[in-house]
Amino acid sequence: MRKYLIKTICMAIFLALFIMPGLCHADYDYIDINNPFLRKIPIAIPVFSSLPDSKTEKPALKKASDLLSETLAFTGYFRMLDRGAFLIDPDNSPLITAKINFNNWVSIGAELLITGGLSEKENTIEMELRLFDTFKGKRLIGKKYEGPAGDLQQMIRRFCSEVIYHLTGNRGIFNSKIAFISTGSGNKEIYICDFDGSNIKQFTQNNRINLFPAWSSDAKWIAYTSYLNGKPDIYIINLKDKHRTIISNKGINITPAWAPARFELAATLSFSGDQEIYLLTGTGKIIKRLTRKWGSDLSPTWSPDGKKIAFVSNRAGSPQIYIKDIDSEQVERLTFNGQYNTQPNWSPRGDKIAYSALQEGINNIFVVDIKNRQPIQLTFDSGNNEAPSWSSDGSLIAFSSTREGPSRIYIMTASGTDQRRLLFLHGEQTNPKWSPNVNNE
Amino acid sequence: MRKNLWIGLVMLFLIFGFLFTVSCAQQEVKDTAEKTATEPEKAPEEKATEATKEVEQPTADMSEEERAILAARNIFLSEDIYFEFDKFTLDSMSQDVLTRKADWMRANADVVVSVEGHCDERGTNEYNLALGEKRAESAKTFLVDLGIDAYRISTVSYGEERPVDTGHNEEAWAKNRRAHCLIP
Repeated sequence: MRKYLIKTICMAIFLALFIMPGLCHADYDYIDINNPFLRKIPIAIPVFSSLPDSKTEKPALKKASDLLSETLAFTGYFRMLDRGAFLIDPDNSPLITAKINFNNWVSIGAELLITGGLSEKENTIEMELRLFDTFKGKRLIGKKYEGPAGDLQQMIRRFCSEVIYHLTGNRGIFNSKIAFISTGSGNKEIYICDFDGSNIKQFTQNNRINLFPAWSSDAKWIAYTSYLNGKPDIYIINLKDKHRTIISNKGINITPAWAPARFELAATLSFSGDQEIYLLTGTGKIIKRLTRKWGSDLSPTWSPDGKKIAFVSNRAGSPQIYIKDIDSEQVERLTFNGQYNTQPNWSPRGDKIAYSALQEGINNIFVVDIKNRQPIQLTFDSGNNEAPSWSSDGSLIAFSSTREGPSRIYIMTASGTDQRRLLFLHGEQTNPKWSPNVNNE
Repeated sequence: MRKNLWIGLVMLFLIFGFLFTVSCAQQEVKDTAEKTATEPEKAPEEKATEATKEVEQPTADMSEEERAILAARNIFLSEDIYFEFDKFTLDSMSQDVLTRKADWMRANADVVVSVEGHCDERGTNEYNLALGEKRAESAKTFLVDLGIDAYRISTVSYGEERPVDTGHNEEAWAKNRRAHCLIP
C-alpha cells in the first residue's frame, strides 16, 4: 500500500518537471535568442487613440504611432503589419484588454499588438501604451507616461525598451548613440547621432583630420585621434564638462579602445620606435605595454569581461587578427583566411568578433565565432564595406559602405540581414562606433 | 488499495495547485519622462600654424646661381619616394632619390625637414596610418645612415588621409604610396 503512494507521488513530481519549464520561460517564448532574425514576429500597431477627456488631433496621433513603429522596426525583430489590413475602425480603436476583440488581430496574422492612447494639453502629453499577446488575449506590458511634449521620442524609446526587455531579457539599444566621421565640412570631423540616426550633432570642429572615435564603457568620455597639432595624437574628452586630456607622444597615437567597466583604455603608441599596444589610464598615463612582438600592433578591441583584447598585427607578414589574454599574456591567432584582416570589433555578447577582410582589392565584413573559429561573410558585391561596430546589445552591426558611391553608414542585423543606410549627410561618412547604453538614471 | 489511490490523486492535485500559483503578472507602473538638456558640443578650436614652403618658381631678376639653388631646393621638395602595396622597403630608385636628398641636406646644413608617409586608399584607415609611419621612418633611417643628423628630420604619417590622386585605379594608388619631404 505504501509502495503505491510513493509511486504516485514520484509520477506527479516527474510530470511537474515537464510543465514547470513551460511556465518559467513564458516571457521569452517570442524571440529565439539564438536565432532572433530567422523569423520576424508580426506585430500590429494601430494609430493611437485620443485619451478620454482630451481631443488630440489626428496628425499628432499618427506621428506618435509611426514613431513607435519605426523605433521597434529598427531592431529587426518584427514584421510591422500594414495598417491597411487592419479590421478595426481606426477612429475607434480600443485600448484595454476588456474592450479588444483579439480575433480581429489573430485573423490578420498579428501575434503582438500595441495600443496607444495619447493626450496633448498645451505643452504636456500623457501617453498610455500597452503590449498584448493576441493569441493569448493577454496584456503583457502597460505603461503610462507624462511629461513635456518634447519628450515624446524619449517616452516612446522607454516603452520600446520595456517591450524588448520583455521579449528578449535585455533592454535593447534605445539608449545608445553612434559616433562617426563625416567630411561634409571639408575635413574629417567626428559627429554623434542617436542609435537610429536621429539628432545628429557635430562633436569636433577643429578643421583638422579627426579619426577613430571610441566610447568609454559609461559612455561619458570619447577618445579619438586628431591632427590638431599637426600629428596624430589621442584626445580624451568628457562629454559633459569638456575636460580634455591629450596623449601626444612622439610618433603615432592611434586606435584608442576603452576597457569595459573601468577608466582605462588600450591604444597604439609608437614612441618606442615600434608600434605597440599599451594600456593607459583614462587620464593618459601608461600602465603597461600589452604587445611585445616587433612589427605593427594596432586596433585593439576588448572582450566584454575585460580580460582579453583582439588586435591587428603583421607579425606573421601581413595584417591578421590575434587574441591576447591580458593576465596570462598568451597570444593566439584568430584569422587565417586571406592576406589582410583588420578592424576587429568584439561583440558585447562576447561570442563573436566582426572584422573587415580585404580580398582582391575589396573590403567586406566578416564575423567569426570565438569558439568554432569559422568566419562568415556578411557583405557581398556592394562596394567596400569596412569598420564594423557592434550595437550595445550585440544584435546589430554598424559599418561603412560605398555601395551607393560615396561612403555611408549602414546598419545590419548580426546575421547580416536587413542592410540599410542609417543617415545621409553631405560629404562621406565612415568609421561608425556604437556606444554602450547611455544611463539616464 | 483504493485509499492509497485517492491519497495519491490528492497529492497530485496539491502539487499541480502549487505550480499554477506561480504567475508572471505584470503590474501597471506610472512613469514620468525626464527632461534632458541637449547642448551642442564642440572641441575647442585651435589653429596650428603650418607654413610649409612649397616649390617656388624663379623670378626674372634671379642670378644663375640663385636659380641653381632654387632648382635644387625644388627637386628636394618635389621628388617623392614610392612604395609597393603594403610595403615600406626602399627600392633602388627610391634609394637614388634619397641619396640626392641627403646631398642637398648636407649642402644646406641649417635646414630641418619633415618626412610624410602616405598610403593608397585600399585597406583600412588604421592599418594605413601605421604603414604610413613605417614608410616615413624608412626614408628617415636611410638619410640618417648617410650621415644626416637625426634631429634634423621629423616624421609624420597621414595614412590614406591625404592622397595626391583621388582616382580609384592602380595609377592613382601608385602615386599615393609615397614618402614626401617638406621644409616646415
